[in-house]
Amino acid sequence: MSSTALTWFARHEIRLAWREWLAMMTAGRRRRKRVAIIGLLVFAALMHLPAYAVIGRYADLQAPLDKSALIVITATIFLAWALMLSQAIESVTRVFYARADLDLIMSSPVRLAEVFSIRLAAIALAVTAMALLFSTPFIDVLVIGGGVRWLAAYGVVAAIGVSAAAVAIAVTIMLFRTIGPSRTRLVAQILAAIIGAGFVIALQVAAILSYGTLSRFAILTSDTAAAFAPDKDSIVWWPARAVLGDGEALLLLLAFGLVLLGAVMATFSARFAETAARVSANTAPAHHRSRARAFRSGSRQQALRWKEFTLLRRDPWLVSQSLMQLLYLVPPALMLWRSFSDSSVAIVLITPIVVMAAGQLAGGLAWLTISGEDAPDLVATAPLPSSRVIRAKIEVVLIAIGALFAPLVAALLFATPLQAAVTAVGVTIAAASATAIQLWFRVQARRSQFRRRQTSSRLATFAEAFSSIGWAATAALTLAIPAAALVSGLLTAAILATTWKISPRRG
Amino acid sequence: MVLAAANLDRPDTMKSDQSALEVRGLTKRYDRLAVDALDLTVRTGEFYALLGPNGAGKTTTLRMVAGLLRPDAGSVSVLGIDALNDPVAAKQITAWVSDEPMIYDKLTPLEYLEFVAGLWGIAASIAEPSARDLLASLGLEPNLHERCEGFSKGMRQKVALAGALVHNPRLIILDEPLTGLDAVSARHVKGLLGERVRAGCTVIMTTHILEVAERMADRIGVIAAGRLVAEGTLAELRQQNGKNDTSLEDMFIALVDTEAAAA
Repeated sequence: MSSTALTWFARHEIRLAWREWLAMMTAGRRRRKRVAIIGLLVFAALMHLPAYAVIGRYADLQAPLDKSALIVITATIFLAWALMLSQAIESVTRVFYARADLDLIMSSPVRLAEVFSIRLAAIALAVTAMALLFSTPFIDVLVIGGGVRWLAAYGVVAAIGVSAAAVAIAVTIMLFRTIGPSRTRLVAQILAAIIGAGFVIALQVAAILSYGTLSRFAILTSDTAAAFAPDKDSIVWWPARAVLGDGEALLLLLAFGLVLLGAVMATFSARFAETAARVSANTAPAHHRSRARAFRSGSRQQALRWKEFTLLRRDPWLVSQSLMQLLYLVPPALMLWRSFSDSSVAIVLITPIVVMAAGQLAGGLAWLTISGEDAPDLVATAPLPSSRVIRAKIEVVLIAIGALFAPLVAALLFATPLQAAVTAVGVTIAAASATAIQLWFRVQARRSQFRRRQTSSRLATFAEAFSSIGWAATAALTLAIPAAALVSGLLTAAILATTWKISPRRG
Repeated sequence: MVLAAANLDRPDTMKSDQSALEVRGLTKRYDRLAVDALDLTVRTGEFYALLGPNGAGKTTTLRMVAGLLRPDAGSVSVLGIDALNDPVAAKQITAWVSDEPMIYDKLTPLEYLEFVAGLWGIAASIAEPSARDLLASLGLEPNLHERCEGFSKGMRQKVALAGALVHNPRLIILDEPLTGLDAVSARHVKGLLGERVRAGCTVIMTTHILEVAERMADRIGVIAAGRLVAEGTLAELRQQNGKNDTSLEDMFIALVDTEAAAA
């Protein structure tokens, strides 16, 4: 393949990546392109405010740093790397499963190793570009507050982006080879979520077990962490030194990232072709058989509820997408467990976390049951009013939320009955609100589009998030400052009312 | 084969002199007029083929009849039931099959039919043997307990068709049901529909396979630009066309060309 052809293919890959991203941002509506770009710029500008709040006070940091500071910066960089790795694993999996051009490429008269090298490089570029986009507000704040030396942080982001992409490619191809194409999608999805959330959760769990607090900084800034940390000259601190403007460390980091990517490309580009061939040969899912049993008798609503529960139960990919939010419940659950032997006031923190998780989970489940209907014609031509169909679907969401959160509320009941009651009410209201928002903004979609559900209505996504946060805050304030809870509750109700007012399904 | 007559609590609408479907002044406009004040009558126990070029308004018409689309104007009566004012009663005796089979990937064919029977309120003791017979008659017996996610388009279409028949409808509306079916499967489907018609059921079907319309339909309607431009038995259509030995394909093309020229 000539260099012109390779350049042409690289351009093709970048164009595809750009259009996929744009389609995600605009829900596939090309007319929204300008709005999406303007929205993104506004969002990026607005992100400078929270970035300033989070990171602004660190702009004056100068080398040399003490061990605690080095640990915090390194852990933050590692967290960013974990998040990028999570994103990169998803990108690589998407290239295998979602691109319809594998047959075309593999039947074309080109050397597959070369073509797939470019595809791997394009994935690395896309992951790095996304990382740079999200880190820009934070780095800008540091540059404005602390000087141009912080520009080195862009180089660090690029280096960790490239290395995350390289590791993601290696991990995904190894998964394909060890567990096969049909299981890789699910496992990669779960792995991506666990990697993304795992680091923060692990720090929180360690903090709870050691100090009884949910703060992850408790562990990072502790004397124990400093005692176990390597010497200041260690290679482990290169990323932290590079962020602070150490040119030598930055160049070494960039070189390491590029060498790693090069090694992965050299090792895996040929296998990528082989793996792609195996995926395209396995596009039809494995034949799952279900146990034979007699038909059940029941009402029409029971038939609908049975169908929804069966579909949820049988789609581990969708369930994993929804249940990943429950990972964040691990630390509060652990804290609850600790509170039985220790009357820590921090237990109050459990309520808002649980309420928020219930709202978010209910939103996902409500989208799946209400909007994600794979046989809309069948349900629409069934002899029952649409209100009864909707009612059955809402019941499924509320039953699922009830089943998932009841054990946690019951455990809380033994610790503090009042808090258990507040949490139960909060969970119910948050779940009902999220379901209502999905109902007002319902669209006709296939369940497989779940990953892109947020893009179908930005308004619904924001309303759902604000509603969950609002009810979580209201529940927490009810326990701490009841008068403030009234204000918070009224504000959240106003958000819901406004959302209903501007929703397409009003009336 | 058992084609179970479901013991349903239905209005007594089966009268030989009654129309299975009466459509009057049916109108639907999107960006352009899709269906233009259409009048259509289909008799009880009749196999009616609705033909027309792409974009003629066939699917829109049938979707309005099935209760999937609200017309801008006009009326739809299914076996004497006003389908616009009492859609639930009309849906109880109607089945709809689209060209794109919409089934649940994670259910098996039997589970899908169990769900459909549940939605139509059919007792399990009646639905189960009927479902098994229908699936067997469509050649799906080896796949009864396999999830539909690995099925070909033809197999999915057969599952959708079995779902439409499991509640023993009086009016079956099919939009291109033979799309994606191999010759053997198409013969199974045609046989099944023929049996239903002989049992007194009414079938309305759109198709681009004119040979199917020619061989199976009692009457044929040709729709163009949202209007019914010709209707009758094959012999009547030939008579209207003034050529007794012409094929349906030739007549169809002539009718559509005439309409296109007039437009």
